[in-house]
Amino acid sequence: MKTGLKLIAAAVGLVLVAATLMPGSLRAGDVRSLRGELAIEENNAAPEVHAVREGKPLDRAYRQQPPLIPHKVDRYEIDLKVNQCLRCHDWPNNTRENAPKVSETHYQDRQGNRLDQIAGTRWFCTQCHVPQTDALPLVENRFTPANAAR
Amino acid sequence: MTTETIAGRRPGALRRLWATLWRPSARYSLAGLLLVGVVAGIVFWGGFNWAMEMTNREEFCVSCHEMKNNVYAEYTGSIHDSNRTGVRATCPDCHVPKEWVHKIVRKIQASNEVLHWALGSINTREKFEEQRPRLANNVWTSMKKTDSRECRNCHNFQTMDVTQQRSRARDRHLNGALQGQTCIDCHKGIAHQLPAGALEAEQKLNESFKKH
Ligand code: HEC
Ligand code: HEC
Ligand code: HEC
Ligand code: HEC
Ligand code: HEC
Repeated sequence: MKTGLKLIAAAVGLVLVAATLMPGSLRAGDVRSLRGELAIEENNAAPEVHAVREGKPLDRAYRQQPPLIPHKVDRYEIDLKVNQCLRCHDWPNNTRENAPKVSETHYQDRQGNRLDQIAGTRWFCTQCHVPQTDALPLVENRFTPANAAR
Repeated sequence: MTTETIAGRRPGALRRLWATLWRPSARYSLAGLLLVGVVAGIVFWGGFNWAMEMTNREEFCVSCHEMKNNVYAEYTGSIHDSNRTGVRATCPDCHVPKEWVHKIVRKIQASNEVLHWALGSINTREKFEEQRPRLANNVWTSMKKTDSRECRNCHNFQTMDVTQQRSRARDRHLNGALQGQTCIDCHKGIAHQLPAGALEAEQKLNESFKKH
């Protein structure tokens, strides 16, 4: 019984020693917060604010790409009740608004049936279509548009 | 005037008050009475207008949770709440006319809204959304009738420099002004979410206006 207790105490002691010596174990100095190597009293520089690119159509990079949106969209409501994009882009409103018409593919359900209204799979436009800001890429990359290779 | 009645009974309190009101004053001069009248008038008028102004503030509009949890929550952060220039448009700017007569008419309509508040007609989000098509339609209709008078207290086609606008806005404004369209025709949902079926409701509304 006594030796049992001693053994347990020894084991616990060993684990504690190992934990403090082990490389990679958590120590206060190692913690890096998301705001970087910055003393608590200092403030990070605010990130630059980028404007949405408006007015000019944006190039497509590959054939199947959903065209990018050349205007702001933050005020247009898309939810279960309404889709404000359709106020300008759905036929026949598009002629009145001088906006490009939503293409026919958007009126087909997944069985290929042609519908008279936007297919449910296309309701949330900004899943596929997004506006662009004048920001530079965050990470360097070697992407080239599909047609550049030809 | 006499306070005696045929039966010899004392008349009711109202009748006595009425009689006293019309009895000529023996004690006070006419000028004194006039002065009191004028002062009382000013106090009442001031009080009335004060009450009007108190109910014409954003805090009053959102003091009931129906407004606070729905339309106010949606308005928060929108272009008329916070923007580049810091000029705001609050609830009464868009919903209460500036001219006195129109303002009184709107306030009388509002007493009906207070009744519905007491009845709890829209006291949940679901009830509110259920009523929203009708409520929104009321606002659109009256704005169409007044040529978006409340918007035009601050904005105007005449003073808009369209050359500073993006082509999307410029084209539509020049065209819209020519065709006699008004702000609300194109700017529905500017401060709040739209009701379900807003696009169909818009079409119906436009057609009903064409008929007249
Ligand atoms: C007030 C009308 C209006 C609304 C609302 C609107 N758009 Fe547009 N949109 C236009 C116009 C006009 C153009 C043409 C380019 C231009 O003049 O800026 C355009 C261009 C586009 C294009 C580019 C199409 C192409 O072939 O290059 C896309 C994609 C687009 N819009 C998507 C959307 C989405 C998604 C929404 C909803 C979040 C939306 N739009 C809401 C008017 C509108
Ligand atoms: C599942 C992704 C997806 C969704 C969701 C979607 N689109 Fe598209 N859209 C595309 C693709 C891909 C294209 C280009 C190929 C094509 O025309 O079908 C396109 C093309 C377009 C075009 C250009 C048509 C032309 O002839 O230039 C417009 C405008 C457009 N979409 C608007 C919308 C609107 C508005 C919605 C929301 C109601 C929407 N899209 C939802 C993928 C999508
Ligand atoms: C109290 C004055 C006031 C009233 C009333 C008012 N607005 Fe505004 N409106 C403003 C201000 C201020 C801005 C922001 C200007 C800026 O800094 O960009 C603005 C911006 C706008 C914008 C630009 C939105 C954007 O995203 O750039 C539209 C559209 C607009 N108002 C429409 C309306 C309509 C429609 C009405 C009537 C229902 C209305 N306004 C009533 C003051 C007003
Ligand atoms: C024929 C339709 C139409 C009418 C009528 C109309 N607008 Fe607009 N307006 C637009 C469109 C389209 C845009 C650009 C897209 C957007 O903001 O949704 C716009 C944009 C704006 C902007 C932002 C401009 C910018 O440079 O960003 C303001 C402010 C504005 N409208 C105010 C008004 C006011 C005030 C009235 C009434 C006197 C009015 N509009 C009437 C269609 C219209
Ligand atoms: C820029 C103008 C503007 C401002 C500011 C504004 N509203 Fe509205 N309001 C509208 C318009 C336009 C409608 C008609 C429906 C629509 O287009 O969204 C409306 C509709 C409503 C409705 C009917 C229900 C609905 O959503 O359609 C209520 C209630 C309402 N507003 C309350 C308020 C309250 C409370 C405030 C202040 C927090 C406020 N509004 C601020 C323009 C405004």
